[in-house]
Amino acid sequence: MVASGLTLAPFLWVGTNAFKFFKDIVQWSWTFEPTLVNFRRVLFEQDISFLRLGVNSLVIALASMAISLVCGALGAYSLSRFRWSRAVTAFVLGWMLFVHMVPPITFTGPFFLLARFFDVYNTYLPVIAAHTIITLPVVMWIMKGFFDELPKELEEAAMVDGCNRTGSFLRIALPLAGPGLGAAAILAFLFSWNEFLFALTLTSTAEATTIPVGVAKFSQEFAILYGEMSAASILASIPALIFVAVAQKQLLKGLTLGAVKG
Amino acid sequence: MEKRGVGIGLPGLGGALDRTFRYWALLPVFVVLLLLTAYPLVQLVGMSLSDYTFGGGSIVAHYSGLRNLELMGEDTVFRAAVRNTLVFVVGVVLVEFVLGFVVALLASGLPRGGGLFKTVLVIPLLVPPIAIGTMWRLMYQSEFGVINALLREFRLPTPNWLGDPAIALGSVMIVDVWHWTAFMFLILLAGLESLPAEPFEAARVDGASAWQAFRALTLPLMRPIILVALMLRTVFAFKVFDEVFLLTTGGPGTSTEVVSMYIYKVIFRTMELGYGSFLSVVAALLTSVFVLGYLWTLRRERIAA
Repeated sequence: MVASGLTLAPFLWVGTNAFKFFKDIVQWSWTFEPTLVNFRRVLFEQDISFLRLGVNSLVIALASMAISLVCGALGAYSLSRFRWSRAVTAFVLGWMLFVHMVPPITFTGPFFLLARFFDVYNTYLPVIAAHTIITLPVVMWIMKGFFDELPKELEEAAMVDGCNRTGSFLRIALPLAGPGLGAAAILAFLFSWNEFLFALTLTSTAEATTIPVGVAKFSQEFAILYGEMSAASILASIPALIFVAVAQKQLLKGLTLGAVKG
Repeated sequence: MEKRGVGIGLPGLGGALDRTFRYWALLPVFVVLLLLTAYPLVQLVGMSLSDYTFGGGSIVAHYSGLRNLELMGEDTVFRAAVRNTLVFVVGVVLVEFVLGFVVALLASGLPRGGGLFKTVLVIPLLVPPIAIGTMWRLMYQSEFGVINALLREFRLPTPNWLGDPAIALGSVMIVDVWHWTAFMFLILLAGLESLPAEPFEAARVDGASAWQAFRALTLPLMRPIILVALMLRTVFAFKVFDEVFLLTTGGPGTSTEVVSMYIYKVIFRTMELGYGSFLSVVAALLTSVFVLGYLWTLRRERIAA
């Protein structure tokens, strides 16, 4: 109880500040006249335009989610259903674990140089690519867990009935692993949406940069706009709060899955 | 076993494609991993042996051998960053472990593991770290922040949380504990819930106290999970960047400079791409030592590898 209270308290305080006028925040008053002015400023004022950043974040998150879902589901199915030599499995899973654990800062140097080289710096493309290396391992682990638990017999029966391997993947395995696919999709989306370092180093203007970069620049440049800062951080957290509300159980499982599956 | 068929399967796909399904299903992952992780890392090693100059919109590399190694040897800021990172990692992992374990023990007594309660605890793991940094920056604010306001109510001293070099690192660590304790909690709770019930019933029948049962049963049975939780959190804590960037950007002075933050500054503020890459290689090597240790622990403790 205390623990969940301590977890919620910052959200509550910042959440109420987001609806306060500057004078009410500064005067630290309990009663205040609620206002949406902070949200309006953050969303629609031209030089910050979180609406534009939101579109960028959404496109980037959906794209890297889609790529890692397609690659991850196929790859996990292949690793889980067919007898690969230990070397292949160990290489793919071990390498992904390594990528997942290395500090992301390690990749920023080469990514920056490559983005400049291919002249795609400050576009969606390098950010999507960078986010894919974060989301792909998560999707792989979740999907492999689900495919490992699906009984082989179902698919074997389907194949005896004349369904080929591709068909049994698309019509039997994938639908049965639906909850896993859902959890993987949500986590991939959130990890991309929340990511900061790659978005910071691979973009420079509102044309391609994401919400977290906007929030960070905003709170550092205008360190005194407390109400707007509160509103911005609440807005940035909305997807996470929505997904926690609708899919808590699958998310809880997915969050620690990488822990025991090496 | 594999019986090729037509009809129910996708009619357009030929048998050859179907027989090689296992290969092309794994291919995309392979390609992505090679292009987006292996190749950049190879390039990183090359970059770490170079010196870069920026001129007229183009970036020119010059081979500089082990010059960057010498630079690192003389770099007192990097040394401070390593020291701060060690303090940070050891500190937050231990505190998060103890807190997470206590909460997990309490929660495992609740019916259904306390569903709503668990959900609330997990929220910090899923919101953007940058939003967390912003929220805490507001709360730490000396004049109007909620923390000092509460302290003032009780007539306690109101420190300058992020501006005082003596306590700034501690303030950042508090934020990390708030952010990540739930991770420890989730892993440890899953471990507690998977423990067999019989030994505990036997212990109760034999009249063992709760503390005795905890020391003689819970701790030894949980050993593999505890090791996994500690090692994972250590590796993740080593990555810390977002909150430091937002709260202090490494300051005041070098008091909260951590490895990722410093490498970022070297590459993107002073634009020493070569030297920054060299430091990145060092960080990656340190991580791989830990990953190998982690895999070795998994194998030794016979957890699925």
